[in-house]
Amino acid sequence: MTAIPLGVPRRLVEFTLDGQEARVPEGATILDACRAAGKDIPTLCQGDTLTPKNACRVCVVEVEGARTLAPACSRKAEAGMEVRTDTERARHSRKVVLELLASSVNLSTTPRAAEWIKEYEAKPDRFGPDAARVDEEPRVDNDLYVRDYDKCILCYKCVDACGDQWQNTFAISVVGRGFDARIAVEHDAPLTDSACVYCGNCVEVCPTGALSFKSEFDMRAAGTWNEAEQTETTTVCAYCGVGCNLTLHVQDNEIVKVTSPHDNPVTHGNLCIKGRFGYQHVQNRD
Amino acid sequence: MDLHFGDSKPTDEEREAVDALLGPPGSAWETAFGDAAVRSDADLRWARGGRAARERRDLLLPGLHAVNDRVGWISEGALDYLCRRLTVPPAEAYGVATFYSMFSVKPRPATVLHVCTDVACAAKGSAELCAGVEGRLGPGSGVSVERSPCLGLCERAPAALVVRAGAASGPDAAAGGGSGAAVGGGSGAAVGAGHGSVAEKPYATAVIAPATPEAAVLAASAPEAAEPEPAASLAVPQAGQPGLTLLRRIGVVDPASLDDYRSHGGYTALRRAFELGPAGVIREVTDAGLVGRGGAAFPTGVKWKATASQPDHPHHLVCNADESEPGTFKDRVLMEGDPYSLIEAMTIAGYAVGAHKGYLYLRGEYPRALQLLGNAIEQARARGLLGDDVLGQGYAFDIEIRRGAGAYICGEETALFNSIEGYRGEPRSKPPFPVEKGLFGKPTAENNVETLVNVLPILTMGAEAYAAIGTEKSTGPKLFCVSGSVERPGIYELPFGATLGELLGLAGKPENLRAVLLGGAAGGFVRADEMDIPLTFEGTRAAGTTLGSGVVLAIDDTVPLPRILLRIAEFFRDESCGQCVPCRVGTVRQEEALHRIAERTGAAAAGDIALLREVGRAMRDASICGLGQTAWNAVESAIDRLGAYE
Repeated sequence: MTAIPLGVPRRLVEFTLDGQEARVPEGATILDACRAAGKDIPTLCQGDTLTPKNACRVCVVEVEGARTLAPACSRKAEAGMEVRTDTERARHSRKVVLELLASSVNLSTTPRAAEWIKEYEAKPDRFGPDAARVDEEPRVDNDLYVRDYDKCILCYKCVDACGDQWQNTFAISVVGRGFDARIAVEHDAPLTDSACVYCGNCVEVCPTGALSFKSEFDMRAAGTWNEAEQTETTTVCAYCGVGCNLTLHVQDNEIVKVTSPHDNPVTHGNLCIKGRFGYQHVQNRD
Repeated sequence: MDLHFGDSKPTDEEREAVDALLGPPGSAWETAFGDAAVRSDADLRWARGGRAARERRDLLLPGLHAVNDRVGWISEGALDYLCRRLTVPPAEAYGVATFYSMFSVKPRPATVLHVCTDVACAAKGSAELCAGVEGRLGPGSGVSVERSPCLGLCERAPAALVVRAGAASGPDAAAGGGSGAAVGGGSGAAVGAGHGSVAEKPYATAVIAPATPEAAVLAASAPEAAEPEPAASLAVPQAGQPGLTLLRRIGVVDPASLDDYRSHGGYTALRRAFELGPAGVIREVTDAGLVGRGGAAFPTGVKWKATASQPDHPHHLVCNADESEPGTFKDRVLMEGDPYSLIEAMTIAGYAVGAHKGYLYLRGEYPRALQLLGNAIEQARARGLLGDDVLGQGYAFDIEIRRGAGAYICGEETALFNSIEGYRGEPRSKPPFPVEKGLFGKPTAENNVETLVNVLPILTMGAEAYAAIGTEKSTGPKLFCVSGSVERPGIYELPFGATLGELLGLAGKPENLRAVLLGGAAGGFVRADEMDIPLTFEGTRAAGTTLGSGVVLAIDDTVPLPRILLRIAEFFRDESCGQCVPCRVGTVRQEEALHRIAERTGAAAAGDIALLREVGRAMRDASICGLGQTAWNAVESAIDRLGAYE
């Protein structure tokens, strides 16, 4: 990835990244600079299509002179800043954050979580067998997607995608407070009684599998989900004239889910209910 | 924005409560979608609302208060109606309503008795009070008993607060109450008798402190007949003594009388401010060396100058009166004993930073301060001391009170902005800082009550004379909230630089003092043999502790320390907003570890103490805001300085 996107030229900010000179366009984050420099910083709540909420705190880095660590995903690079990404202090916080998360929710379907837990030598078990967990049954209240709170890390991405950043439906919000905070619709009703329009954009951005397609959820439950055997084909949605890109995930000659490429300049991974879920007619072989 | 509302309807009573705040609805679309009977021809052609309604989103919190005050809880129908009136998505409003501890989205009795269980009250027998109250008020009593975090009445511990929902008392209350009764009787089966009786009884609050179970139960059954609170000056043992600066009017002036305030030197500071001009005021405050008294100790002059110089307009002034730190009650005493001084100080601050509107964010648990400040603002407005032309100087300034609803986190400056704006009271990431993008995204100066009140002596005595009080780096007088095991708990004013021992000497130090909690739950403990710590920012820092918000909570050796530590951990777990992982999960893990070692010492506790240290370090380093960053301070200091669990 390049830190210099095409578009209107912007001033370059010069700062120090792990002792090396770094130059990024004004407005770029420390994370952008790290990625441009080939540094791997773990991230969970950061997403490529949304403004990060910097709630997970797994990407923290040390900024010279600052009292606390800074989230790389949202702290903008400033001229003259001295940033260190791999200090003992930053690694300690990442380790503990991974432990806190993994001890309270199920990260089994979070990409790269296991790898980072190993890298940072996190031991989620050390809080003891009685450590409070989210521990809730998945909510299956419609035929299109499933909410599994046991996997939710409250990254706010689904809320942002449903709200003013993409969909403008505002069907979900964080409710409650502290450890009891949950993502929910109004009055904590079933999804079918809510403002949800089933665009599935929340599923698209969910980093942990807490939101999943019903098809995927059922296949995982049945033990038939096999990503290695799936092929992905990107095509154009046939429903209307906008021309959104669909990526069809096919296993055993059946479409098992539909996503959309995030680098599409028009849709950035967003779809509507038809593009996302209306694929059965393609494989109706009667 | 594509809003979807359910089909639940408000009761007449809930609708009246909302309409009393927002005015009658302008269009049938705002009342109940699909209610053809009330739709006019115009309604069929366009829907009013849109951006104009959305810009009133900051009325969401007052709207939730209106319903909660009237009915005691917030039903689906009431919430949906409020959302329709303000074009707020119901999911977001539900997220806001469930954020605050004083609101309930489930039916509950109209009367709620909050019993304080926090550090100072716990040390004075709140557990017995809770048991006594719950023994007398079982299910079906029509009173909901709720354990509460610090109610800010620490000098009169243990404390309780009764809030009874009902119609607003006033000339139009009778009519509103009547129609509410009919609806409430029909649909309020789940709430039982409590709901039906709401209509006959007006909204009432009562503060009982020090509380006995009998007095608390009596007040819960008839809050309007409860004994009046003792005067605020009784919380100031030095009241009336010569040499006081910040407290000099407390117990001397009538807090309800503007004339009395003026006859005791009121509004001379504002006149001086107009002579100096905004830049001159900022220069005086800077030269005086005033730093924020809320705990962060940031230079006030720097903050004001940065706000005043922002090109973006309008500028805002916010007074942070959400004093919720356990053990802190100084702002309450200032507001109750000398409310006009805060109004005058806010006017000066607003003038200095170029703001024409000041928001006074007052914690929801202070009914008397609310009433007195409301009266003070009204009187000041009537006399031209607030409004379009303050003192005839051509400067427009007005103050609006916003009530919090039970959330410690809303004392964090950016969480407070979100709360006023009608969002969940979650802190924002900084930068950008409030002086650049604060309330409503505009440059904002936010100061707490004590900081603002210090501006008055700075202007009346001059920066030089003010800076001569205290030490070189900590200038001026300082208020301390002394509570716990002392003979004369209360607010004390001392110049910076007095020692902890001198302060406790004034308050009556107990023989068997074990420790002192300095700075509240977010502060730290010091030992009984550390009485020579100078009470200054630099002195406490050098001693490895903090002055914080000025809490001095004395704990004698009869108070079980592990229980106090557990209570502090519980407090942070309850008050974490839940936004970031280190705080949301870390506060839970901290409490779990303290539970495990509650009865253990030495090697048996060592493993969990090491765990606590690791989690605490990550919370301090990686949490978004001060709540998570300081949640481990007190426990750490108890382990390191007091040798708890050794």
